[in-house]
Amino acid sequence: MIAYHLPILQIVVPLIAAPLSAFCRRAGMAWYLALIICAASFAISVALLVRVLDEGHISYLLGNWAAPWGIEYRIDAVNAFVLLIISGMGTMVLPYARVSIADEIEPHNQALFYTCYLLCFAGLLGMVITGDAFNAFVFMEISSLATYVLVALGAKRDRRALSAAFTYLVMGTIGATFFVIGIGLVYMVTGTLNMADLAARLQGLEQNRTALVAFAFIVTGIGLKLALFPMHLWLPNAYAFAPSAVTVFIAATATKAAVYLMLRFLFTVFGTDYNVLGLTLTYMFTPLALAAMFAASTVAIFQFEIKRMLAYSSVAQLGYTVLGISFASVTGLTATMIHLFNHALMKGALFMAVGAIVLRHGAATIDSVRGLGRTMPWTMAAFVAGGLSLIGVPLTVGFISKWYLVAASLESGRWPIAVLIVLSSLIGVIYIWRVIEAAYLEKPPEGRTAREAPLSMLIPTWGLVGANIYFGIDAELTSRVAGAAARLLLWVAP
Amino acid sequence: MSLDDVLGLFNYWMVIVLMMTGLYIVVSRGNLVKKIVGLNIFQTSVFLLYISMGKVSGGTAPILTGKPEVYSNPLPHVLILTAIVVGVATTALGLALVVRIKNAYGSIEEDEIQTMDLVAESEAETTGHRR
Repeated sequence: MIAYHLPILQIVVPLIAAPLSAFCRRAGMAWYLALIICAASFAISVALLVRVLDEGHISYLLGNWAAPWGIEYRIDAVNAFVLLIISGMGTMVLPYARVSIADEIEPHNQALFYTCYLLCFAGLLGMVITGDAFNAFVFMEISSLATYVLVALGAKRDRRALSAAFTYLVMGTIGATFFVIGIGLVYMVTGTLNMADLAARLQGLEQNRTALVAFAFIVTGIGLKLALFPMHLWLPNAYAFAPSAVTVFIAATATKAAVYLMLRFLFTVFGTDYNVLGLTLTYMFTPLALAAMFAASTVAIFQFEIKRMLAYSSVAQLGYTVLGISFASVTGLTATMIHLFNHALMKGALFMAVGAIVLRHGAATIDSVRGLGRTMPWTMAAFVAGGLSLIGVPLTVGFISKWYLVAASLESGRWPIAVLIVLSSLIGVIYIWRVIEAAYLEKPPEGRTAREAPLSMLIPTWGLVGANIYFGIDAELTSRVAGAAARLLLWVAP
Repeated sequence: MSLDDVLGLFNYWMVIVLMMTGLYIVVSRGNLVKKIVGLNIFQTSVFLLYISMGKVSGGTAPILTGKPEVYSNPLPHVLILTAIVVGVATTALGLALVVRIKNAYGSIEEDEIQTMDLVAESEAETTGHRR
């Protein structure tokens, strides 16, 4: 019985827990509630992934209304994998968040922080699990509205969090509205909102102008949400000024959910046969992805604040993700799917290390990390390990992602792109080295008393570093799931 | 373009006009409250798009009366109820942020806030390098 209702429990449990946590007087209680709920969600998504890998897709009808009319939750290898990433990271962040949030947010807001956190968590899971286009929009807005609040909560540390949240709100709303315009237009043509049904009814409508406009609106709308270069302008400041725990969470999950929606609409709904898809991928996604890889990495070199540097690096990493999409091959989409997972691990570890520095020094700048190699050895070692993974050194997950990307570009015969992938990784070396140089080769300033970060922050950080190395050595599991997801998206038989 | 294209598709023309007006206000105005208003107009145009697409000429409200009747498609209308709620939430949150920004910066003009942010940033960098 419970097993049958797992898909809806995945969403409903955090969604109901969110208002409950708002009634908690003390932050500690809200934290316990959030931790239990997120861990339960993680267990559910593991169970769902195991079931999906066993028996193909799961279809769950909400309120038992038959599929094209009622809302259907449809889970296959693609979204089960993304659900696992989101719920896994959501759970990993919470033990870390407790100390960090207590330090970075005003006491009277701390309990409400966990309410927003759970709402954002539920929204992201919802937009991934649903098989209904409009339902995806609603969940997207639930998660986005919660994210704007989470970012704005960084205002205690720096008032720039407020203007960053405002910019994010404006850009995010425009993106979501574009998406909903696209869905409206596609509904006008097909009369359905169910994604599987849409895919069937869009067959043969290649020349339909309304469907074409819908395609453009949907791709642009999701592109804004996933910070596709040059629509990334909201991202660096939002990541830089949000509370550290929030940065870890949204960097590891929010854009991933948007990438998932992009994949779903491009390949499942419109499908590889759709005539403008190839054009979009070749003439829009490939150049924008390459531009993101180089421009954002180059900007990252000149950043003084480490969080913002890593945020620009995230834009570059999203470039790799989109590059994988642009090949529209099984290897390319495997690279995208596996990079979603790997990027969550590496950026999670890096932002967690930076958050620990913020806790001890009030800021994480190139200046404040001077000499930290000696005073905060474990934190800095985690940063180095995460940095190596970001660059793509062998035995880390970054290498696995790059490997698949290079393989996909060679397979498609576009070897210059393979060269560009390697070159852009080298830019990564420069900005990671700037931090390492300051931390290990310079002396700490006079009169600075610094202690190592608390264990509650170090253990999750090192947990992610361990995952970076484990899945970098043994990528069998991740590549199997990612491969299955890629074949599903391209309608290729396994 | 015939007269029919203009009058027959009147609702869509209005949607486009509102959509572009809203988007233009968001982009061109520096006042944060005006930006929120622009965003609102932009979202409202989408509400109109959905509502007018569900209308069937000569159709009534979709109420079961026992007789076969022509009725408008209720689904887009219901969808847009949800979107209106989302729009209200966005506006409320946006205006709440404007209040906080006004308290923190003493201004709600985008260019003034940006100047203050840039000054703060360069000050942080120069003091950082001097030490």
